[in-house]
Amino acid sequence: MSHYLLSVVTPTDGTPPAAEELDTIMKNVDTLHREMRDAGAWVFSGGLDGPDTATVVRPRGDELLLTDGPFIEAREYVGGISIIDVPDLDAALEWGRRSARAIGLPIEVRPFHWA
Amino acid sequence: MVDQADVARVFREEYGRAVAVLVRLLGDIDLAEEAVQEAFEAAVRRWPDSGLPPSPAGWIVTTARNRAIDRHRRESTRDDRQAEASRLHVPDEPLEEGAVRDDRLRLIFTCCHPSLGTSAQVALTLRLLGGLTTAEIARLFLVPEPTVAQRLVRAKNKIRKARIPYRVPQDADLPDRLHAVLAVLYLIFTEGHTATSGGALVRSDLCAEAIRLARQLAELMPDEPEALGLLALMLLVESRSAARTAPDGSLVPLAEQDRSRWDDDLAEQGRDLVRCCLRRDRPGPYQVQAAIQAVHSETPTDWRQVVALYDHLLALTPTPMVALNRAIAVGEVDGPGAALVLVDGLRTALGDHHLFHATRAELLRRLGRADEAATAYADAADRTRNAVERDFLDRRRGEL
Repeated sequence: MSHYLLSVVTPTDGTPPAAEELDTIMKNVDTLHREMRDAGAWVFSGGLDGPDTATVVRPRGDELLLTDGPFIEAREYVGGISIIDVPDLDAALEWGRRSARAIGLPIEVRPFHWA
Repeated sequence: MVDQADVARVFREEYGRAVAVLVRLLGDIDLAEEAVQEAFEAAVRRWPDSGLPPSPAGWIVTTARNRAIDRHRRESTRDDRQAEASRLHVPDEPLEEGAVRDDRLRLIFTCCHPSLGTSAQVALTLRLLGGLTTAEIARLFLVPEPTVAQRLVRAKNKIRKARIPYRVPQDADLPDRLHAVLAVLYLIFTEGHTATSGGALVRSDLCAEAIRLARQLAELMPDEPEALGLLALMLLVESRSAARTAPDGSLVPLAEQDRSRWDDDLAEQGRDLVRCCLRRDRPGPYQVQAAIQAVHSETPTDWRQVVALYDHLLALTPTPMVALNRAIAVGEVDGPGAALVLVDGLRTALGDHHLFHATRAELLRRLGRADEAATAYADAADRTRNAVERDFLDRRRGEL
């Protein structure tokens, strides 16, 4: 079996969904995670706060520099992730499709290796 | 007497088959390619003395497998578990009748996997199934050789690392996945038929390669009428290729072609396939396009039939380019005025495409509106990157 990271590609400047819409999305995501568990594919999931909440620790010679804000400014950021364990890319892409449908945002599917 | 040319012929015919089997046996595309390459090098040395073996393809596969096993033994000091882990994901399936046939299909579907970009799909297909070298692919597409080499390395890397499965897709996914395969073969063909850039209109070597691959696919998937339809479409278009350019290399439009220069054998093969598709009665876009080309291959052209087929095609694939071609056919039935109204309605969608302006120009010329036609020819010439097409459009404008 192989692990894949599904990340939710979230627009940085996008208007957040209205409360009602968010409710539907959360329900969809719950259902999706349950389906992943039932299929034995789910390993781990989580959400990330926006890039404006990020702090970067950067080596500068012997010192470490703290900077406010994201590592790189981008039009999109990773809004949430799931790690899944499936036989191959086709299976991973199927979960990618279901996630994109449930959340309504692009999903990046990438091979993941445990350290 | 066996010479280099015989080995080269076997190479062209059997390379894809051999690589497909070896990928399954070895679980790695690069190892499979290396092993097959070595087997052909051995064939070059041995066959001139020993003569062609009874089954050259079988000889190549066996030799390649033995070489790969030898190599594996020599290099077995390597961390085997790591090597094992990086192997291509080949689902465990019993070796059965028709396994080799399935291997080639697996390879086609892997090369044309939707997670690979179009240019990577095309390069992989030509390299692994067509047996073309990196240099040959680069020459065919007029791109630098390192670009093609890099595309191939990246694509093979992704297949391995992302674990793109070496498998014929399941029934539920088959229509979509087959569509991707057909699109790659059709792209290779159309690039050959009207090169998007460069001095020659037709790159016949590319067309021939596309037809060879389409024949293979039709053979491997005889129950898929769209695979037959694609082959029929290519054969019918190819049957007119000799008449499509004048001796000086300039473009000759369909209506002005010398029909005695059409290749009747190819056209008849294409028409046979179209009839075969009609009997299946599972129409699809490639079959309908083939049927349109079949009507064009008969004299005189039944334009009402062409319009009816374009109506069908438009229902299957409602794209502006199909609508443009339908309008041209309407022009032959209801006159250029009726066609111009339809074409003008497509300006928003196709205003940047040279064929939109070229079509308008022809219609305006037939309506006797020479000034507007001249502008439209110029607009068209500005938008094509093919020198022969541009010359044709400039000549038309000059004749007004």
